[in-house]
Amino acid sequence: MTTAQTPLHKVQGMGSSHSGTSHFWRERVTALALIPLSMWFLYVMLGMVGASVVTPAQFFQHPWNGALMAAFISFSLYHASLGLQVVIDDYVHTAGTKIFSLLAIRGALLACWIISIFAILRITVS
Amino acid sequence: MADNPQRPPARPLSPHMTIYRWPVTMMTSITHRFTGVGLSVGAVVLAWWLVCVSNGLDGGYGTFMAFAATPVGELILFGLTWALIYHFFNGIRHLAWDLGYGFDKRLAERNSVTIFALSVIGAIAVFATAWTGHGGYLQ
Repeated sequence: MTTAQTPLHKVQGMGSSHSGTSHFWRERVTALALIPLSMWFLYVMLGMVGASVVTPAQFFQHPWNGALMAAFISFSLYHASLGLQVVIDDYVHTAGTKIFSLLAIRGALLACWIISIFAILRITVS
Repeated sequence: MADNPQRPPARPLSPHMTIYRWPVTMMTSITHRFTGVGLSVGAVVLAWWLVCVSNGLDGGYGTFMAFAATPVGELILFGLTWALIYHFFNGIRHLAWDLGYGFDKRLAERNSVTIFALSVIGAIAVFATAWTGHGGYLQ
């Protein structure tokens, strides 16, 4: 069969994405982790309806709760980064705009992650 | 050579999304993407809330809760709740598809409707629990 692929490209098996199936796979793994974490998150949020600041502060001081919240946020934001990249890949076709959009989105998500994790740690030590 | 570069003649385009009647599976697909983007913005709301909690007493938590209690705030929270539940159920369906299950057309149409219904019922159930005073059990 005639092909434009070089033998090296073929043996690497990475395709046109240059990263193989890693994006697809990470999206699925984070999704799987988010099934129990989302249920826990919804249960916790509903349990804090109408509460004063003391309730969430004491709740997240417990190591398990703080760790689970950090896990929920980390998996969510990584999953969001992968998902939003697909949206950009689908709709933005100009190389410059695409790189800028991806950097902006990843920067914003990373900032959101740092702020959230820092807040959880701050609650834990306070 | 090509001194007068000619523009290629306009080629016929195949019909795109706008020309088709939308089947329910198309609705669930775009809704999955829409809720995903919405939930990404929701992560910012969650970060804001955590920062308020970390500030302790008089650290913006009251402002957050006051905004959450306004009609706009409640609408945003209801939207995020619905989006989370929808993305949750439809995400599980995506994982089933990845394993090779559920590609039958009738089945996919049927569980599309089920997922829409479940997500709306789920979000209403969460808010009903809160409004009838059954939330807040962690206090």
